[in-house]
Amino acid sequence: MQFGIFSVGDVTPDPTTGREPSEAERIRAMVAIAEKAEEAGLDVFATGEHHNPPFVPSSPTTMLGYIAARTERLVLSTATTLITTNDPVKIAEDYAMLQHLAGGRVDLMMGRGNTAPVYPWFGKDIRDGIPLAIENYHLLHRLWREDVVDWEGKFRTPLQSFTSTPRPLDGVPPFVWHGSIRSPEIAEQAAYYGDGFFANHIFWPKHHFQRLIRLYRQRFEHYGHGSADQAIVGLGGQVFMRKNSQDAVREFRPYFDNAPVYGHGPSLEEFTAETPLTVGSPQQVIEKTLTFRDHFGDYQRQLFLIDHAGLPLKTVLEQIDMLGEEVVPVLRKEFESLRPAHVPATAPTHASRAAERESAEEVR
Amino acid sequence: MTKLAVVSAGLGQPSSTRLLADRLAAATAEALRPDAGAAGADVAIETVELRDHAHAMVDATLTHFPAGEFRAAVEAVTGADGLIAVTPVFNASYSGLFKTFFDVLERESLDGKPVLLGATGGTERHSLAIDYAMRPLFAYLRAAVVPTAVYAASEDWGGADGAVEGLAERIARAGRELAALIGDRPAPRKPDPYDNPVSFEELLSASSR
Repeated sequence: MQFGIFSVGDVTPDPTTGREPSEAERIRAMVAIAEKAEEAGLDVFATGEHHNPPFVPSSPTTMLGYIAARTERLVLSTATTLITTNDPVKIAEDYAMLQHLAGGRVDLMMGRGNTAPVYPWFGKDIRDGIPLAIENYHLLHRLWREDVVDWEGKFRTPLQSFTSTPRPLDGVPPFVWHGSIRSPEIAEQAAYYGDGFFANHIFWPKHHFQRLIRLYRQRFEHYGHGSADQAIVGLGGQVFMRKNSQDAVREFRPYFDNAPVYGHGPSLEEFTAETPLTVGSPQQVIEKTLTFRDHFGDYQRQLFLIDHAGLPLKTVLEQIDMLGEEVVPVLRKEFESLRPAHVPATAPTHASRAAERESAEEVR
Repeated sequence: MTKLAVVSAGLGQPSSTRLLADRLAAATAEALRPDAGAAGADVAIETVELRDHAHAMVDATLTHFPAGEFRAAVEAVTGADGLIAVTPVFNASYSGLFKTFFDVLERESLDGKPVLLGATGGTERHSLAIDYAMRPLFAYLRAAVVPTAVYAASEDWGGADGAVEGLAERIARAGRELAALIGDRPAPRKPDPYDNPVSFEELLSASSR
């Protein structure tokens, strides 16, 4: 199992002090969070992609390239890369370049983006969200696998004899996840290609995501990539921890009550009962996270959201330390002891995919 | 077993809106089982008092999911064979609580559902709120609304000159219409996109068309 952090990259005033970090501070904070994730023994850092305030990460590969230079082991990823409004040609180029610079420590997660005004800024229409995701990714998939591509589609200018450079590192395209919170079409797409499926289930009750993940697993098997339980599943998580759970609740409540997504609605207690949010001791986080396996089956990647709603950097770094010291080592052991041998332990890495490619070539 | 859901947006205790809702439900149940002894003609009535879920409904508008007991109320309504929806008239329209309930339902969850509308008010001057406010809402939701809707003003509950009898007649007629529509038209079962996904080949050919 891979464990990591995913950041939305929001600039939100700290509701307890009213202080709003500058964009520069927030960008530096995201880098510090990624570095701390590696130091604490986590496996993945994933950044969001947004093109409107109050979010800073509009240029994910710039940030990830910088983090790549400052880390050794961390897998750099996205949550999500906008497959609808970005040109798939540019995604192919940017992430292949990042892959070379990071020595293969790169995968990425496709998402549609649900901010309606962003689409026209990039010449697109949100009503085409699904067709854009289908067509653009189909092209991206080819650009990383065929040296010369002739292509014609509905949403961008045709390509004649086009070669996307640099070619993927070692001829191995980055592993791709498809993230969705409600679209069966995206589960179907992930299954078709044998790619990973990431369900960011942190804001909704589990029964909805159980159906989505079951669909992905069934279709993964249908398309011949392995058995349903071998499909590559990633899940979100949202935690705030202190040694004593009452301290965690007391400290986190003002951030919860004013959070951009669910603030001024349900109580912290109601929301934690309905969703993956866990506010309490490290032991409570361990217990709740283990239930994800009961609900969704053995899975390969767990990403935690810990840095939103105006939480100060110092607090966030403490959360990562607690994850690294008290939570993740226990979860690694527990999940590993429960995993059947035929189920992949982690999402494919560059090394595992390169080895697979080599052995496939030897057979040939 | 016919499942009949009743949504009442009344606020008072007792509430004339709830009273009207109960009488509409009883009239519908009566019409559904003319032969009370017949097996298989059972009617289960599930009544949702929106007031009990007021906070949960506002939460659901922010979180986009119904939580706790409110989820069971939503499922009772969306899973019913027929629905009776009754609101007090506030400021010439349905109450905010009433609208909020229908705003937090999943899209298409009332498609084709047989619905009987009712409203209450202090005077009969607001009776047309059913036709210019409630009917368009349920038309948008693609519900199948029966022709008779029942409006009850204070006058109808205790007035002279046959008003009480008039209300009873309207309730009985409305109940018969809803029962007939439920009998004719069982609420449609939608194909479930999570059980029957559109295949990738279709998705791809649709996008490149």
